[in-house]
Amino acid sequence: MRVLAALSGGVDSAVAAARAVDAGHDVVAVHLALSRRTSVQRCGSSGCCTPEDARDAGRTADLLGIPFYVWDLSERFQRDVIDDFLSGYAAGVTPNPCIRCNEHVKFSALLERALALGFDAVCTGHYARTATDPQTGLSTLHRAADQAKDQSYVLAVLDPERLSQVLFPLGDTTKSQVRREATERGLLVAEKPDSYDICFIEDGDTRAWLAARLGHRPGPVLDVHGEQIGQHDGAYAFTIGQRRGLRLGNPAADGSRRYVLAVDLPRNTVTVGPESHLDRRTLTGTAPSWCAPVPSPGARIGAQIRAHGSESPGTVEVSQGHVTVHLDRPVRGAAPGQTLVLYHGTQVLGASTLVLPGTDRG
Amino acid sequence: MFPEAIAAMTEELGRTGNPSSLHRSGRRAKRVVEESREKIAAALGAEPSEVIFTGGGTESDNLAVKGLFWERRKADSRRRRILISSVEHHAVLDAAEWLGRHSGADVCFLPVDANGRILLDEVEQALERDPDSVALVSVMSANNEVGTVQPVGEVAAVARRHGIPLHTDAVQAVGQLPIDFADCQADCLSLSGHKLAGPPGSGVLILRRGTPLTAVSHGGGQEMGLRSGTVSTAAACALGVAIELTTERRARTVERVTALRDELIDGVRRAVPDAILRGDPNPAGRLPGNAHFTFPGCEGDALLYLLEARGIECSTGSACQAGLPRPSHVLLAMGVNQTVARGALRFSLGHRTTSEEIRATVEALGPCVERARLAGLAGLPTGAR
Repeated sequence: MRVLAALSGGVDSAVAAARAVDAGHDVVAVHLALSRRTSVQRCGSSGCCTPEDARDAGRTADLLGIPFYVWDLSERFQRDVIDDFLSGYAAGVTPNPCIRCNEHVKFSALLERALALGFDAVCTGHYARTATDPQTGLSTLHRAADQAKDQSYVLAVLDPERLSQVLFPLGDTTKSQVRREATERGLLVAEKPDSYDICFIEDGDTRAWLAARLGHRPGPVLDVHGEQIGQHDGAYAFTIGQRRGLRLGNPAADGSRRYVLAVDLPRNTVTVGPESHLDRRTLTGTAPSWCAPVPSPGARIGAQIRAHGSESPGTVEVSQGHVTVHLDRPVRGAAPGQTLVLYHGTQVLGASTLVLPGTDRG
Repeated sequence: MFPEAIAAMTEELGRTGNPSSLHRSGRRAKRVVEESREKIAAALGAEPSEVIFTGGGTESDNLAVKGLFWERRKADSRRRRILISSVEHHAVLDAAEWLGRHSGADVCFLPVDANGRILLDEVEQALERDPDSVALVSVMSANNEVGTVQPVGEVAAVARRHGIPLHTDAVQAVGQLPIDFADCQADCLSLSGHKLAGPPGSGVLILRRGTPLTAVSHGGGQEMGLRSGTVSTAAACALGVAIELTTERRARTVERVTALRDELIDGVRRAVPDAILRGDPNPAGRLPGNAHFTFPGCEGDALLYLLEARGIECSTGSACQAGLPRPSHVLLAMGVNQTVARGALRFSLGHRTTSEEIRATVEALGPCVERARLAGLAGLPTGAR
């Protein structure tokens, strides 16, 4: 196969590309220039796409003996990831920028361009597995062998056609094995730290980043009875389930911790209250996409609502354009805009965007 | 590099002696440097005392722009304006902008026409508006991306009328165009070794006798105190050899390269009828070794990959930091829009280019452009297709 390996400059994509070369594919490397930033070096776990990362990616390609290019997809990234993230928060929902990036940049703009240039597949360092359904012949997506690094959640938006055009060579390996292998192969990025935070927010301070762009919009913090108990600088900066940064001087009457229960953008209010109010037994999602056959009514599934969250068992009902999940045990902190991913065993069934119960508000 | 220049360089690398030292081997090295200085002066119509060795074209440009600015500003604090063409190489552009941020300079960009040639009227107007506020003018001899030759003599005449020094970045021009420093009226001229089939990492600033200049780097006071640092005898020697050979062979090389370039332009137009030749369409108005096109609907970096997969190496604009593709400021200054500017491809021809290579390039181009167009569409947002 002719394979285009996306190299971020990190250890995962480097080992993934090395494995693609070993597998006998004809591999060309590409580094995506995504964010137009000014800093030259990367600090800590935040960020990517610095000239230093581009250099690391280029040196990896040198060591693997494959051609290397830098492609500028920063316009797509700005519009489909950064602007989307900003307008999501401005509208009171919580988008996942990594999912948007996979959906619109890596496995859309990049993949389409690769296919047009004559490549058969795009290879990345994501921790997830693909397989082929023996009955349907369609490609399927599964959790990675390394539970702690599993990234199937952020890939759940890919359809079977897309899944047939990707290679995830790290799906059956643990991160520590990948680092060991990188060292054995003499890859210079073997010890490079992992990145965790949102890559385009350099210092990791999401609230300050939002405030600089959405402005100072003070409003009341309310308790569950609608009484004002504090003030905030902009309701957009709060997410359901958030506990830190509420700046409520006095503790609650019963001494319990208070959490964000609701964010009302039109009224610019933030409602806080006890953790128990965050419990949801029913989750509603809109605009589902499927990478497996649509589950039958009442089918047993696992639901996950965060990239690093755990799976909650329950049953699912699919109706026109909607997914409703009834959970065996409640989950906490489901916020509109989050992605609901459904699993059956290790297999990903599909993804949907959470809305407030009983409404279509995204 | 010319084999003769490589031979001269490697031979010199095997010898000892710092040209600034006074002992015998130092004097020997000094002699090599001075002989080379004389060769370079002779090749460019300058005097040996006007030749300053530097570490390359960028360093020469920085020394000229910053050195002239600081000197003129020191002499008269009103002289804050720097007039530069809007299609200068980044070595001039960024040096001037840096002075704007750190040294109180007011950088004024002189517009160009659709072919990338500077508009003399605009130069005159910019100068005459307030001649006493101008520190220097910098206009390149020929553009590195689109190959357009600039009317440096005319610009120099205007600047001279007002007593304002002119620097010209001749990195692209030396070797391809006849340059006579005594004739051209510029006050200083930058060149780079690697564009003359000489050593990379070597350069020269020709500074007209009597032109005051402030040094940028300080130390041992070499090169008349204007460029401290030990001169590389080997690089200076090889640069002398290269410039001599270039001058000697120029007429023949230019004739050959021009014919190949025109063959390439015709071929590209046949293979891709909607390709647009950028820079001066008149062959005499552009560098002999330059052909620059934009290919509608293509991304330059996709073309680059597709052509390289067929063994053809070209470039999208100028070689830049981290290989990050950005629409060229030169094309934008010529009025080309952002999207079209991304489909740029620059072909550089040199003394080693062959007719077979031109034929192979033209042959590969048609299918590559077709494929790149599909990929170009794939890169666009759905709504824009």
